[in-house]
Amino acid sequence: MAASSSPIAGDSTVVMIDLIAALEERFGSEIAKGLANSGFVITISLSRPQVLPALCKFLFWERGCQFGGIIAEEQSTLWEMHYAFLMADLGWINVELSVPLETTTLPSIVKDVHAADWHEREIEDLFGIRFENHPRLGDFVLHDQIWHEGIDPMRKGFSASRPQLERKEDLEWQPLLVVEDPGSFAMPVGPVYEGGIGESLHFLLETVGEDVIRAVPRLFYNYRAVEKVAEGRTLGNALLLAERFAATSAFAHSLAFCLAVEKIAAVDVPPRAMALRVLLAELERLRHHAGAITAICDSTALSVSSAQASIIEENLLRASCAFTGHRYLFGLNTPGGLSCDFGSVQCKALLVAVDKAESDLRILEKRLRLSSSFLDRLEDVGVVTGESARDLNLVGPIGRASAQHCDLRKACPYSGYGRYAFEAPSETEGDGYARLRVLFSEAAQSAILIHQVLESLKEGPVRAFFEVSHAGAALGWVEAPRGAALHWLRVNENGVVERYRAITPSFNNWLGFHVAAEDFAFQDFPIILATFGLSATECDR
Amino acid sequence: MSFWFWHGLRKGVQSTRYPARAENTPGVSPGRPVNTDFSSAEEARRAAAICPTDAIIAHGKSTYINHGKCVHCQLCLRSLPSPMNWEPGYEWTRLPSNRAESLPLPSAFAKSMHIMVVDAGDCGACLRELKQLNNPLYNMHRLGFFLTATPRAADLLLVVGPVSENMRGPLLKTWEAMPTSRKVMAVGACAISGGVFGKSFMCACGVSSVLPVDFEVPGNPPPPLAILHGLLVVAGRKSVGPVQESPKGDTAPWR
Repeated sequence: MAASSSPIAGDSTVVMIDLIAALEERFGSEIAKGLANSGFVITISLSRPQVLPALCKFLFWERGCQFGGIIAEEQSTLWEMHYAFLMADLGWINVELSVPLETTTLPSIVKDVHAADWHEREIEDLFGIRFENHPRLGDFVLHDQIWHEGIDPMRKGFSASRPQLERKEDLEWQPLLVVEDPGSFAMPVGPVYEGGIGESLHFLLETVGEDVIRAVPRLFYNYRAVEKVAEGRTLGNALLLAERFAATSAFAHSLAFCLAVEKIAAVDVPPRAMALRVLLAELERLRHHAGAITAICDSTALSVSSAQASIIEENLLRASCAFTGHRYLFGLNTPGGLSCDFGSVQCKALLVAVDKAESDLRILEKRLRLSSSFLDRLEDVGVVTGESARDLNLVGPIGRASAQHCDLRKACPYSGYGRYAFEAPSETEGDGYARLRVLFSEAAQSAILIHQVLESLKEGPVRAFFEVSHAGAALGWVEAPRGAALHWLRVNENGVVERYRAITPSFNNWLGFHVAAEDFAFQDFPIILATFGLSATECDR
Repeated sequence: MSFWFWHGLRKGVQSTRYPARAENTPGVSPGRPVNTDFSSAEEARRAAAICPTDAIIAHGKSTYINHGKCVHCQLCLRSLPSPMNWEPGYEWTRLPSNRAESLPLPSAFAKSMHIMVVDAGDCGACLRELKQLNNPLYNMHRLGFFLTATPRAADLLLVVGPVSENMRGPLLKTWEAMPTSRKVMAVGACAISGGVFGKSFMCACGVSSVLPVDFEVPGNPPPPLAILHGLLVVAGRKSVGPVQESPKGDTAPWR
């Protein structure tokens, strides 16, 4: 487990002074410290790449920072790499590394920060930068049986509109390692599967009969290169992409995008818009969690409960539509605030629907707690220990079910979350049942937040009008329904997107899925999948 | 655990009466913009200019909308001094531009149709709305529509998403494995026109560039009732929605 993060909790100045002193002592002249900008509280620039692993190890393990992600940027003559870390009581730390564009290899930090594994694989696949000593590179986003090696689509020289002529023939995928033993076999599942409605993803279940030894997920079937096609688009157009790459958390992602734009332009959002954004984000969380609970009930084949949960979800969708004009809250966020305002009659109607959903969920939870056959299927299934969750940096309800307490709404509040009183529920068991309990408690907290927002809502404008007239970059973050989401945005002086990077909670958490899916009975697979509640399309972008 | 049984019974029948009766509960559909006559040509041009996916075309004082491209950003409703007209409803299913007449499945399938769903790069919204069709409020089983696990037993291939390059192969394989009485339905603006993703090295700009499409359900996402209407059309139990009037002299592929 991590060492304690800071000597005196709660005071950011003390934490900052302590951090700077420790950095000075450990790394001295190897690093340069920059001022707060772009949403980061401090930028640590490295003099040479070799320092990187030691510094990341220091931040992650010794200072207890949470790993945010890696952002690679190709500038005209430089590679600019940003490693984002979140420090409790302080904020986001930017570890910046600039190397000449000719550089093809960088040191890997995977050995110390396991959570960076997929980030480095993605950068290798899309930018062509290799990471020294990374255990497994290649064949990640661009599937090897379709794409030739040496295609780096995120490089500036690669045209996104160019049709891909060198497509290989679509062959079967074989992982590097499979279980070989008499009687053992590997069972492929997906990408078109479930006999129902499932997102495109592929699993290889390695089994020796009843028990599955490993479940290897293969993702990126839904990769639509959102980050690449956003380049060169206007902000309004790129916002459509940010909103629509993962519709079940559309409001959260569009909010993170807008927060980044507002940081670049240094615009203050009107208080009413900030409050309404909290309201809508919590409405989305409530609806998402109702959907996730439906999926869990469904996976255990307790059909009355899943029917009742799905009615709650549909009623919330209808309430969202009656309130905002869209069932998935599209078209609401806009840089500077919201695109429309809501009257008090609408707000009252929404509150009635939210209260109904909240009480229905409470009744459902009570009944589920009394259903022993249901609990038997969830308890001790898909266990992720607190240690693994910390190691792999699991975020959101999954992380919080394994004793990880990070919730960006509390850790570094945005859009005025700091003004409301609410809890970030967490559990310690890390099994399927703990994850279900976290979902229920978070949904209840969302209803409380919606009440608080509507009680304290003041009249006023809901949008600040502005144009982005200077180049800049910024990080926007939100606690999306599935966990922490980071959106990095760089625009030029005409307000055109130069680099857009979305680090999503599903991307982080799919990395940890294999921990929960080890040595389990075959029939538990859908349950583990449902209690994780991950989205392939949110991961793939 | 008998309380589940009583709990279920006590809730009573909650399913919609659609298609026997129209369903008008608030929030079942977001509605959509429709062709609008403005008071000046300038206003029409402004409406066309604000659309990020070029779904609106101005012709004189009127605007025409291609619903296959509309991504429901609501800019033409909220960000214009004189907004576009907006219609409620959900019976949106239409034919692709290269189809002259509706060819539903033979009548033997009318009350028993098996559906294969393929996610070809969907954002999750269309899939979520499809999932709602299974909940008691819509309950598509009562109409004889079933999801199937295998393409061999499927009559309808329902595709959502703009067809990502990594899903092109699996999508084609699924289609090839189906018996040849198959129909293909593209659900959502992305599956029809590529939506916000556009044509790129990773996106095929809609299902019709990969497979012959028989029916289209516009919307971003189309609400459950719009998809249900689409299924009824494929089964030959409903007819396609009224064809939108196209601007005179416009040679661009319409619909």
